[in-house]
Amino acid sequence: MVSVLNANVLIGEDKLDTPVYTACCSDLMSDVLAFVDEKTVLITGLTNPHVVRTSEMLDLKCIVFARGKIPTEDILESADEQGLVVLATKQTAFSTCGILYEMGMRGVPVPEQWEKKDK
Amino acid sequence: MELMFTESYHVARADYTSAGHASASIKRQLKQIGVGGDVLRRVAVASYEVELNLVIHSLGGDLTLNVYPDCVELISSDTGPGIPDLKLAMKEGYSTANEMARSLGFGAGMGLPNMKRNADEFDIKSTVGVGTTITMGFHLRGN
Ligand SMILES: Nc1ncnc2c1ncn2[C@@H]1O[C@H](COP(=O)(O)OP(=O)(O)OP(=O)(O)O)[C@@H](O)[C@H]1O
Ligand SMILES: [Mg+2]
Repeated sequence: MVSVLNANVLIGEDKLDTPVYTACCSDLMSDVLAFVDEKTVLITGLTNPHVVRTSEMLDLKCIVFARGKIPTEDILESADEQGLVVLATKQTAFSTCGILYEMGMRGVPVPEQWEKKDK
Repeated sequence: MELMFTESYHVARADYTSAGHASASIKRQLKQIGVGGDVLRRVAVASYEVELNLVIHSLGGDLTLNVYPDCVELISSDTGPGIPDLKLAMKEGYSTANEMARSLGFGAGMGLPNMKRNADEFDIKSTVGVGTTITMGFHLRGN
């Protein structure tokens, strides 16, 4: 992931071999909270502390900050405490998704109960 | 039923910086007690959503964690302003969140439905001018 995205590893250099299969791209933390599971990479353009707190609640393993955005030191520190991998890429969120999709990563499945409810 | 553990956190209105601290602490606490896996995640998500609602929408309130041998209970209780139309508030997509909350990535109107989905039992009571109380129960099976 690091090489294809030409990303900087901000946190978690030692955990880069953690396998991840799905990704989710959102700037809406409420959406992320609603349907993401823990083996998911979160791609976001938001860099506030709630991105890391949301990840903590969900036990996410990796956050990718898109479009060259870099969160502040204290946000990175709390990510480090949680054992997150944090990457920063110059790619836009959309391109990041596209690149990861090509690599074989897929979106998070929408839970069944939802689809039923939406109909 | 015998109460094994209880703890209350005050959540102040519009305190966007520390929003989430109570939930993080609740999650740590439960982990320590030995609650894990799916239940822990569901409690954590519901707790975070309800805590953020206290910060964003309420005048301030308390978030209480009660642990019983076979269930975890979360109670959020605030002092206003109350919700005029509960049915509308429970709808996915309905939100009155302000710009500040939206800029942080909230305000999708997903919180309440998401709590209901994650909790095994969900109850909301609200009186305009008095406050809102949300009680959620999570069964501990074989934990
Ligand atoms: N404790 C509360 N006091 C007063 N109003 C509330 C409270 N909790 C929720 N509401 C009202 O219910 C609406 C829906 O809440 P919900 O949590 O589903 O969405 P949201 O908080 O607006 O957005 P999201 O949770 O997706 O970030 C809110 O916009 C608000 O009007
Ligand atoms: Mg909410």
